Amino acid sequence: MAAINRDDVAHLARLAHIEMSAEELDRMAGELAVIVDSVKSVSEAAGDDVPATSHPIPLTNVFREDVVGHTFTAEQSLSGAPDAYEGRFKVPAILDED
Amino acid sequence: MTELNSTDSAALIRLSAAELARKLAAGEVTSVEITQAYLDRITAVDGGPRGVNAFLHVNTEEALAVAAEVDAIRAAGGTAAAELHELAGVPIAVKDLIVTVGQPTTAGSKILEGWHSPYDATVVKRLRDAKMPILGKTNLDEFAMGSSTEHSAYGPTRNPWDLERIPGGSGGGSAAAVAAFEAPLALGTDTGGSIRQPGAVTGTVGVKPTYGSVSRYGAIAMASSLDQIGPVSRTVLDSALLHQVIGGHDPHDSTSLPDALEDLVAAARLGNVDGMKIGIIKELHGEGYQAGVENRFNESLELLKQAGAEIVEVSCPNFKYALGAYYLIMPSEASSNLAKFDGVRYGLRVLPEQGPLTIERVMGATRAAGFGDEVKRRIILGTYALSAGYYDAYYGSAQKVRTLIQRDFEAAFARADVLISPTAPTTAFKLGEKLNDPLAMYLNDVATIPANMAGVPGLSLPGGLADEDGLPVGIQLLAPARQDARLYRVGAVLEQLLEAQWGGPLLDRAPSLTDSLPAVAAAGAPSNHGGSH
Repeated sequence: MAAINRDDVAHLARLAHIEMSAEELDRMAGELAVIVDSVKSVSEAAGDDVPATSHPIPLTNVFREDVVGHTFTAEQSLSGAPDAYEGRFKVPAILDED
Repeated sequence: MTELNSTDSAALIRLSAAELARKLAAGEVTSVEITQAYLDRITAVDGGPRGVNAFLHVNTEEALAVAAEVDAIRAAGGTAAAELHELAGVPIAVKDLIVTVGQPTTAGSKILEGWHSPYDATVVKRLRDAKMPILGKTNLDEFAMGSSTEHSAYGPTRNPWDLERIPGGSGGGSAAAVAAFEAPLALGTDTGGSIRQPGAVTGTVGVKPTYGSVSRYGAIAMASSLDQIGPVSRTVLDSALLHQVIGGHDPHDSTSLPDALEDLVAAARLGNVDGMKIGIIKELHGEGYQAGVENRFNESLELLKQAGAEIVEVSCPNFKYALGAYYLIMPSEASSNLAKFDGVRYGLRVLPEQGPLTIERVMGATRAAGFGDEVKRRIILGTYALSAGYYDAYYGSAQKVRTLIQRDFEAAFARADVLISPTAPTTAFKLGEKLNDPLAMYLNDVATIPANMAGVPGLSLPGGLADEDGLPVGIQLLAPARQDARLYRVGAVLEQLLEAQWGGPLLDRAPSLTDSLPAVAAAGAPSNHGGSH
C-alpha cells in the first residue's frame, strides 16, 4: 500500500472540508504516515474467501409501520441553527459568484 | 426535612446505588438528601485548577426537582409509590455525548459549544421514566475520540487516584465522577473501550453491552457499527441495575435487537461460577502488559479457580489485526458521521477572514476552528481509507478482519463460557505523557477493541492495585453476544472474593480529595489493613 504524503493530506482535507495551515499539513502528514504504516498488515490478514462483516450482529430489512410518528416543529429544527430566516436554515452563497 | 451533617453526607455518597435504593424504599433517607449530598461533593472536588473536572455541566435545579418529586410520591404512598422504579430517586451522571433536553450537549467539542438538543436520547428518556435525577453531563475526549480525556476541548479530567494522571477515555468524566463519589452511577459509551478502559484505570466497574441491546438513539455517533451505550458504577450489581433500566428494544434504532436479554440483576445476585469454564485469551496478556497488571490478573484467575471455575487457555490468533482494522473502520465511519457538523444546521459557524463567503469556505473555516487535532486526524484517515483506489485495501480488508475476529470468538466460546483478560495493558499514565504520540495512545485499547469488532459484551471490574505504582488494575470479562448475564454472574463472584481479600471496596484506598473528609474514616468503612494490595 502506498504511503500517505503531504499532498494527499492537503487533498483529503479539501474533500473533508477542513481548512489546514501549512504547519498543520506538515504535522498531520507525519502523524498519519506512522498510523497508516501501522495498519498496513490488515490488508494481508484475510484471503479472498473471507466475507466482509459490516455490522457485528446482522439484522436485515428493519422497517417501521408506515404511519406518521413524532416530528419536530420548524422551530425545534431551527433551534440550534447558526442562522435562520423565515422558517428556513440561512446559508452563505452556494456558488462562488454573488 | 432535617439537614444532614457533613459526616452523614460523606457516608451517604459512598453507598452503592443498590444500597441507596434500599434506604430510599425503607424511608431512611430522601432523594433530595442524596442528590444534594452528591451536588455538594461535586462543588467540593470537581472545580478549580486541581479539581477532578469530571463534569462539563451540573444540572442542579432539575436534579433536585426530580428528587423532590420522587420524595413526594413516596411520602404520599399508594399505587404511585408502589409503582416507583427500584432506582427512582438514585441520581446519575450522563456522558456528554448523549443528548438531553434542558441541558447543553457538547460532545467535548467546541463545534457544539452551547448547543441544546431538541430531543432526549432513548437511554435518557428511560432514566426519566425511572425518575432518576440527572446530576449533569460528564467530560470526554472530543466526540469520544481518545483514551485519556485529554482530547476534550474543555480541559482534561483528572484521575481521582492521582490528579496528575489520566482517568482513561473517552469516558474519563463518567468514570472519574463515579470513582470520586460525585455520582453513584453514570452512563458511558464504548466504541473501542471507552467505558471499560476508564473503569480499569479509575478502579470502577464499566460494561459494554452486546451491540444492539441498548439503544444508540441520541448518542452522537462516532462509529455506528461499533458504538454502544453502557453503565458505569462502583459495583457489579449497580451496573446490572442500570443496564436493566437502559436496555431493551427501541424502534428509533434500527440496529436495536428485538429480543430482551436475560435478567441481569438476578445474574449479579446469583453470582456463581461453580463448574463454569473461564478462558484466558493467550494473545491478551503477557508481553506488552505491565508487571503489576499481570500479577493482579493472575491473582483473579486463582480466586476464580478456588471458587470452582475451570480455567482453560484459548487462542485468538487474529486479534493481532484487531487494532489495525479498528483504526480503519472507526475513522471511516467517523469521517462520514461527522460530515454533518458543517456550520449549517447546528453548532458553530465560522466565517473565513478573507476571500468570498461561499458555503464551502465557511464549512472549511468552521470545521478547522471547531474540531481538535485528534478529530481532524481521524476524519482525514477515514476519508483516506474510503478513497477510490484504497477502499478495498483498507476498509474492505478491515471488514474481512472483523469476520476473522468473530470466528476467533466463536472458537473460543466453544471452549469457554466467558473469556478473561486484563482490561488495559497499563495503569493510568501521566497527563501529557502520550498526547503527542497518537499510536501509543491507541495501544491502550488493544484488549478492549476485539469485543466492539465482534459485537460481544464486555465488563471491566477492579482487580486491585499494581505493585509498582499503587494504581488500579482492571480485569475484563467477555461473553458471547446476548449473554451479558454471564458477565454479571462471574463479575459478582470475583468482586466479592477480591473485596474479601482487601477488607472492603478498592475505592476505600483512593485519596479523599478533601482534607476535611478522610476517605475511610468518613465512610465508616472497614479498616485499610486487610489484604496486601
